[in-house]
Amino acid sequence: MGKKILLEHIDKPGIKSYEVYRQNGGYNSVEKALKEMKPSDIVEEVKKSGLRGRGGAGFPAGMKWSFIDKKSGNPRYLVCNADESEPGTFKDRYLMEFIPHLLIEGMITSSIALESNLGFIYIRGEYKWIKKILEQAISEARAAGWLGHNILGTGYSLELVVHPGAGAYICGEETALLESLEGKRGNPRIKPPFPAVKGLYGNPTVVNNVETIATVPWIINNGGDAYAKIGIGRSTGTKLISACGNINKPGVYEIELGLPVEEFLNSDEYCGGVHNGKMLKAVVAGGSSVPILPAELFLKTKKGESRLMSYESLSDGGFESGTMLGSGGFIVYDEDQCIVRNTWNFSRFYHHESCGQCSPCREGTGWMEKVLHNLESGHGKMSDIDLLWDIQKKIDGNTICPLGDAAAWPVASAIRHFREEFEWHIEYTHEAQKRNYGLLKSTKEFFAASVV
Amino acid sequence: MLAVKTNNPTTLTEEIQIKIREVMEQYPAGKSKSALLPVLHIVQDENAGWLSVEAMEKVAELMGLRPIEVYEVATFYSMYNLKPVGKFLLEVCRTGPCAIMKGEWLIDYLKKKLKIDIGETTVDGVFTLKTVECLGACGYAPMMQIGEYYYEHLNSEEKVDKLLEDFRMKGFNKN
Repeated sequence: MGKKILLEHIDKPGIKSYEVYRQNGGYNSVEKALKEMKPSDIVEEVKKSGLRGRGGAGFPAGMKWSFIDKKSGNPRYLVCNADESEPGTFKDRYLMEFIPHLLIEGMITSSIALESNLGFIYIRGEYKWIKKILEQAISEARAAGWLGHNILGTGYSLELVVHPGAGAYICGEETALLESLEGKRGNPRIKPPFPAVKGLYGNPTVVNNVETIATVPWIINNGGDAYAKIGIGRSTGTKLISACGNINKPGVYEIELGLPVEEFLNSDEYCGGVHNGKMLKAVVAGGSSVPILPAELFLKTKKGESRLMSYESLSDGGFESGTMLGSGGFIVYDEDQCIVRNTWNFSRFYHHESCGQCSPCREGTGWMEKVLHNLESGHGKMSDIDLLWDIQKKIDGNTICPLGDAAAWPVASAIRHFREEFEWHIEYTHEAQKRNYGLLKSTKEFFAASVV
Repeated sequence: MLAVKTNNPTTLTEEIQIKIREVMEQYPAGKSKSALLPVLHIVQDENAGWLSVEAMEKVAELMGLRPIEVYEVATFYSMYNLKPVGKFLLEVCRTGPCAIMKGEWLIDYLKKKLKIDIGETTVDGVFTLKTVECLGACGYAPMMQIGEYYYEHLNSEEKVDKLLEDFRMKGFNKN
């Protein structure tokens, strides 16, 4: 069993309620932060912990906090990004649904560090029942004196608001999220200025992922150094991984960073191996945006080292032979899955979710979707592969926000590692046209097998 | 697309108007426009699950916004329905992780079973079929959202049939 930080108490009956959460040491970090520490001490501990943003980008959280403008005297805001919508990712939902007070405690402690008196949890609109769970947790915390005016008699005041989105992947991008929170379309802003200087309502703002904020109480209780000792190298601490696709045990797992990927995939403690005794074909290790890797490059780096679940190991080899830890959305593909169909599906997703501001993304994603659909359905031609390569290259790096890159990378990596599968769709058009949902073989067997 | 004008002004009960004002007051002074997304959710729920032009204009009036500020937001976000929907909206995930776990089969089966295409409503007005992008239920695929909740592991005809039957019964009981 690896170290558990976020899910340490998840199995305790009633942990969703305030009483049980409090009995297990809940809200201690708020007391410590308010009574024993200065806001700058809290920031310092988070810096020391090496905690990196858990939403996907992996930017050091303490450093992000230290950029917030405290000099201008303008109101500061902490905004929690709970707009979880990266395909393959369902970890924040798990935290908020089953241990909601952890996020509320994290929001309070982090707000103290940022000297903010109003915080928002921007939750994706579809998580309607989770919004109610969070609102319930907030009202319990307020009743117990952890929120509101003059918390613990220290003179510090804080309010939290749960704000629902309305179905837009782009609002997971922090500046689009802020636009949306202001009641507008989710069009990302040009940076700089960064939110730490000009964020919500033009005021200094920090936007952090749910998991990042939920980690803060442990760091404050145990110290940044203790956190930094967990994990491996610059990948400190633990990470929630949401595992899905063709595996025996899909679900949310907390792993200590540095766990060998092979153990994560095959051990019964985690994914339990590829389902139906199938062979592993490919893995998307960190949400749909990160490069897909074939089994051999996923399990071992190009240098032949066993790959680990860490920021550094997964990205070893760059995009030529590596990928990214991303959001922890871990999607496993067995030998029957069609990479071309999957790539088409993802391109369709990004086309649907493009906000339309930048032409390379708006036009390019739709173009890639069309070309991939032709290819997948057996109506492509050889030049389409080079065309796809060309389109993705012209999107990558040429847009205001990273959605363009996120749309380009799955296409680039699929062609890089599975070119022969694209060629097969062109050489054997007749075969490609008659396949059931793109499955490569044993369709009947797949459909007979029960899932979970 | 801004679709349907009903030519009947939308009226909201005093209770709903109070609820809307409460949501607006959660935001800092002068920043009540922030409440637009949550308010549109409230009004959509009150307006049989969709937003007519009149409903959006009512929101603009209540929030002190220009109608265009409401239209441009309502048309951007996929959860707002701009034409009438059935009693129950079936929002089926079609994105990658669901797709490789029978998600595409689920969509096809629903089309066949309900005898409607995506975006259509059954003749009895009970179900509307809509496909949506990743709902964050990838480990419990295939799945769909109906109203407030998720319905997951819908990997057999029996499970889907039972779910639809449950809702059909509830739907008819409500009237």
